[in-house]
Amino acid sequence: MPEQRALHEPFHHPARQRQADRLGMILFLASEAMLFGGLFAAAMALRLLYPADYVAASGHLKLWLGTANTAILLTSSLMAAVAVETARGGRPRLSGYALVAAILLGLLFLGIKGYEYGSEYREGLIPGLHGAHFEGRVQHLFMNFYFVSTGLHALHVIGGIALLTIAAFSRAARQDRTVLLIGNAALYWHLVDIIWVFLYPTLYLPDVS
Amino acid sequence: MKGLLIQLGLVWVALLILLAATVIAAHLPLGAAKPWISYAIAFAKAALILWVFMEMRKEGAIARLAMMAAMVWLIMMMTLSASDYLTRGWLSG
Repeated sequence: MPEQRALHEPFHHPARQRQADRLGMILFLASEAMLFGGLFAAAMALRLLYPADYVAASGHLKLWLGTANTAILLTSSLMAAVAVETARGGRPRLSGYALVAAILLGLLFLGIKGYEYGSEYREGLIPGLHGAHFEGRVQHLFMNFYFVSTGLHALHVIGGIALLTIAAFSRAARQDRTVLLIGNAALYWHLVDIIWVFLYPTLYLPDVS
Repeated sequence: MKGLLIQLGLVWVALLILLAATVIAAHLPLGAAKPWISYAIAFAKAALILWVFMEMRKEGAIARLAMMAAMVWLIMMMTLSASDYLTRGWLSG
């Protein structure tokens, strides 16, 4: 069982190498946060300019599907954190189970999101598609924002599931007690979760009537 | 390891309690305070995820600084954008 990862140039110390690994991943995640930050700034501008219409537009979304998906992603994040901790503790099999649970919850999230998109299509809420009709300009913009932001988020969920799947199928990754692959896959997965944590009050909570 | 797993479980429970709290708050007649409360709860959830799940509590200063840099830039972008949209009415009124 490889307890220690191989040391690569230019590092002379494993702790320093690990710090560099981590820093690289966190810089990538910070750039992802900036990408979504632009979208959130757009939503904020729309809400500040047209508060009443923005709130009314949010009322057309399904609060309970959004809430269920939040709970699912939070639980999936827990499973990813458990996978890291168990791999680090030398329990590769347990870590594998936790990764599979995180992946299945991620797929469930996508399933619910797909169902939600389907019902929005039937209600004519998808901009640009046949039968789309909106109460006004602001609702149209709100739904544009909804599909761009949740669509981009869903792509990140798919990417995260792919990373977690690679980690789950790799015996070496699960036996690596320095958790290089599982740790970074989990970090990515938590960021995807945090983005949803902010999308949820932006999209679903303004109007719950 | 067992103690750490219990800790992760407790954080998950806290996250779900915060989720329940934000849904309940969204149904209460809180007026203008509503968005502030829902975003405050979102920040609390994000802080828990960052601190415990993403292990920021175990990281050194460099990693924390990198994560903080993203937050600082986002706060600047949001504040400057808001200061535009919030003050547009001041001149016309």
